[in-house]
Amino acid sequence: MLISKTETHLPQVTEPRNPGMALDLDWVRNVQANTSAIERRCKTLPGRRSVKKIHQAAWLCRAVSLIDLTTLSGDDTAGRVRRLCAKARQPVRVDLLDQLGLADLKVGAVCVYHEMIAPAVAALQGTGIPVAAVSTGFPAGLSPFHLRLKEVEESVTAGAAEIDIVISRRHVLEGRWQALYDEMQQMRAASGDAHVKAILATGELGTLRNVARASVVCMMAGADFIKTSTGKESVNATLPVSLTMIRAIRDYHERTGYRVGYKPAGGISKAKDALTYLALMKDELGDRWLRPDLFRFGASSLLGDIERQLEHYVTGAYSASYRHPMG
Amino acid sequence: MTVKEIFETMEYGPAPESAGTALEWIAGFGGRFGHFIDGAFTKPAKGFDSRNPATGEVLAKISQASAKDVATATKAARAAQPGWAGLGGHGRARHLYALARALQKHSRLFSVLETLDNGKPIRESRDIDIPLAQRHFYYHAGMAQLMEAELPDRQALGVCGQIIPWNFPLLMLAWKVAPALAMGNTVVLKPAEYTSLTALLFADICAQVGLPKGVVNIVTGDGAVGEMIVDAEVDKIAFTGSTSVGRKIREATAGLGKALTLELGGKSPYIVFDDADLDSAVEGLVDAIWFNQGQVCCAGSRLLVHEPVSERFFAKLRARMDKLRIGDPLDKAIDVGAVVDPVQLEAITRMVKANTAGKTHVAATPMPVEGCYYPPTLITGLHTSDTLMQEEIFGPVLVATTFRTPDEAVALANNTRYGLAATLWTENVNLALDVAPKLAAGVIWVNATNLFDAAAGFGGVRESGFGREGGWEGLQAYMRPKGIRKALKSPTAFEGNGGPVDAVNRTAKLYVGGKQVRPDSGYSRNVWGKSGALLGAVGLANRKDVRNAVEAAHAAKGWAKMTGHARAQVLYFIAENLAARADEFAARLNGLQGTRNGKAEVDTAISRLFTYAAWADKLDGAAKGVPMRGVALAMREPVGVIGALCPDEAPLLGLISLMAPAIAMGNRVILCASQTFPLAATDFIQVLETSDVPGGVVNILTGDHSDVAGTLAAHMDVDAVWSFAGANLSTEIEHGAAGNLKRTWMNDGFATDWSKAEGRAFLDAATEIKTIWVPYGE
Repeated sequence: MLISKTETHLPQVTEPRNPGMALDLDWVRNVQANTSAIERRCKTLPGRRSVKKIHQAAWLCRAVSLIDLTTLSGDDTAGRVRRLCAKARQPVRVDLLDQLGLADLKVGAVCVYHEMIAPAVAALQGTGIPVAAVSTGFPAGLSPFHLRLKEVEESVTAGAAEIDIVISRRHVLEGRWQALYDEMQQMRAASGDAHVKAILATGELGTLRNVARASVVCMMAGADFIKTSTGKESVNATLPVSLTMIRAIRDYHERTGYRVGYKPAGGISKAKDALTYLALMKDELGDRWLRPDLFRFGASSLLGDIERQLEHYVTGAYSASYRHPMG
Repeated sequence: MTVKEIFETMEYGPAPESAGTALEWIAGFGGRFGHFIDGAFTKPAKGFDSRNPATGEVLAKISQASAKDVATATKAARAAQPGWAGLGGHGRARHLYALARALQKHSRLFSVLETLDNGKPIRESRDIDIPLAQRHFYYHAGMAQLMEAELPDRQALGVCGQIIPWNFPLLMLAWKVAPALAMGNTVVLKPAEYTSLTALLFADICAQVGLPKGVVNIVTGDGAVGEMIVDAEVDKIAFTGSTSVGRKIREATAGLGKALTLELGGKSPYIVFDDADLDSAVEGLVDAIWFNQGQVCCAGSRLLVHEPVSERFFAKLRARMDKLRIGDPLDKAIDVGAVVDPVQLEAITRMVKANTAGKTHVAATPMPVEGCYYPPTLITGLHTSDTLMQEEIFGPVLVATTFRTPDEAVALANNTRYGLAATLWTENVNLALDVAPKLAAGVIWVNATNLFDAAAGFGGVRESGFGREGGWEGLQAYMRPKGIRKALKSPTAFEGNGGPVDAVNRTAKLYVGGKQVRPDSGYSRNVWGKSGALLGAVGLANRKDVRNAVEAAHAAKGWAKMTGHARAQVLYFIAENLAARADEFAARLNGLQGTRNGKAEVDTAISRLFTYAAWADKLDGAAKGVPMRGVALAMREPVGVIGALCPDEAPLLGLISLMAPAIAMGNRVILCASQTFPLAATDFIQVLETSDVPGGVVNILTGDHSDVAGTLAAHMDVDAVWSFAGANLSTEIEHGAAGNLKRTWMNDGFATDWSKAEGRAFLDAATEIKTIWVPYGE
């Protein structure tokens, strides 16, 4: 298992992993996030950046390469997951990719529950596509702590190269930053070589200021990625939350030199939204963050819209969803 | 380039907006435009090229108006005005609504044309300029509808001459035309010669929506045409542009009785406190100084950063600058477009080149090879004595320094001749709401910048001009009280050679800084009664007495910070003490004027003091309904130090009618007593002395108005001059007022009925509206 893991382990990675740092409470408490200013920036962003024609096609292909193709349903079966993995290997119709000159295009990862890791790993054998597992009592994160750590370890053993953990929202809401730091640090340790994405469940943190502080604490405790949502909260990834989190990432990079990745999840279903997110990452963080080792979309229906847009680019006619293989 | 290559580079690529329809519209006029006068375009005449600054290409030929064109336009506006006002509020509202709708229907055409002509990014014209222009017409359609009900005693001024700049061509047109039309005025408007096209498209639209002929007239040309409009038979001049031109207009219109509003230059501070959301404050600067290439009168062009965070902030700012995209203004993904004209580019370049101080960072971002572009620039480490910290650059150049404490931030912010806008960033509501009122500016943005709306007043203090645009306060500039004004017939002083009436010789002195002082000149003048008796003698104040009084008035600045309630108590106390000596004052007034109205005048004066004691804590500000989550607070602030020449008729009541509203609102005054009958004022000094009026709040000078009017008007530390003098001194005062662009309120030789002269008009003159924008949300 160890050998197969290193094979599938993020072939794109060139960055040293974020080792974390001691909890700096002064930094955490001084974090500011002015909601109305952040909202204004986000509201004008789509109007400030426009990507057209061949550039749009290329950007959408880039978006495909950043998707964590996800199924997180109670009725998931091995067969369902194999179909998803097949889509991950061939995310866009062969003829379209040939026209686009990107025959090897694949998604960033496949994201499943623990029980679905084995069929996913098997289905993706030899593709280089990593399997990500949601863990730690996903989505609420309220099961016994030792079991949450154990779940991480078992998922890694089962072949997950990436672990999407959920934080204890109560630590944020109660202002218990040390507790959040300790929890995150232990989860990172339990993950070993697997990369850890810390899900903040931003829809349940109350304020952007809390989002910013939780982001900083998780990065200090060694998160490789910070991620908005489980997809199960009533509010998932939004542009204001994203801007807040990526500014925290930028701040962390400015101060420590380490690059932490970002994953917005839930609520991004349109190709146009994906372009806006890419522009946001490009402008606020830089081109380095447009690669799969530092940016992922947690999305299930986004791919379908992108496929239609790509067919439109290739043929000039608007597409229909049934013309594209479902995942 | 292939998809695969772009997949790797992730470049933006071009996203051009098509210029086709806009160019077709120009071609529809044969590429040559006349003026729009009396509802039709005139034949194109000799003129000049209008160029696209991004490419240097000629877009169209614009006609230079002659004196005859301006006269014809003014005549058309004059002829149309009674009919337009006579349409009634609802009738005008329908037309304004139609204009708003038409602007909306053709919004893309306006946006593209604006960008072609001006060089601003299409995003800005499309998402900011044109929508705000529409909003202005919608808002003022509502004002026209409400005028009769809400402003029943007001009427139109008549014909308004309006001269607008090139930085927001259509938006400035909307700011000028919409309120003027709403209140029943007609207009003659001149767009800037660099950017006439959207004004001409607007004229085309006016014709299409059936606006009555002559209501809107547009003449094109350079500054010479502007001068012709200033000199034309118009009732009002509204100007937006540079402070130097504004000053010339003030001089040219001095004493003519034309209403005037000026929206001029600025060097607006942008203050970042150490607890601010620094990333948002950096982004705010993009909207402050790189919006419209920094060619914005209210641009946050002077950055003041709290020392604990200054290095981090500057580093973040430099990094952000390097991400700005500069280039083709029609590209939808461009942040900074072209500077309006090579002349402006040259001016910016020259100013920045002349600077050797501080550390300059030029955005490390690709620049277009051709066209009129200037790179975003930051100069840190400057000091107040550096030229670039004081002079408006009107380009994408930000200058910066640091501060240690909030008090120092305010001091640095206010160390300027300008006072248009200010921005401050802090997460501390106590700090924000403490600092905002202390900043000398007409508009304050808290944790935001360059927010505008038709409902919120916009305009400056100091040399940034006077008058407000937007909101109810903006309407003031386009209406006047109903009724016909009568010429002032001022009483003349009595002559005599009788003996003194006082049993013991009395010396009436000047009242400066709470003390009775002898006049600097050492000269006095006798005051005689009707029968020739010697009533007393008053000192003749000169320029030094004015200087001393202004200094004393500034020293009493604490008065402005007292609560309205506390100021009311002082006004009541004055009334109380005047009432206790009512008989004596009545006798004095009778003796001075040789009439029997003294008792009535004293009674009315006491009532007037009560009126303004009542108002002292009741002239409320407003929370404007602006379209965002937040409030725009319209705060009433005192104008500052006011010099007032008191009327000769009603020598006590007139003085109190000017003093009381001024001090009730927190101003300090220098009152020049009735020149003819000054002894009521000098008697009144004793009332002031016994009424807890802090020294310097009220200063009283006696002597000839013409001896002090010029000094007061030219004094750089006087904020307003009011003249109700017997002689018409408007020309001299308004000419002198051009120096620091102080506010003036002149009788222009017309009479005032002092028995009724109280209320809103006086309170409005005594206050300035400061708009404080506070977006909120957590």
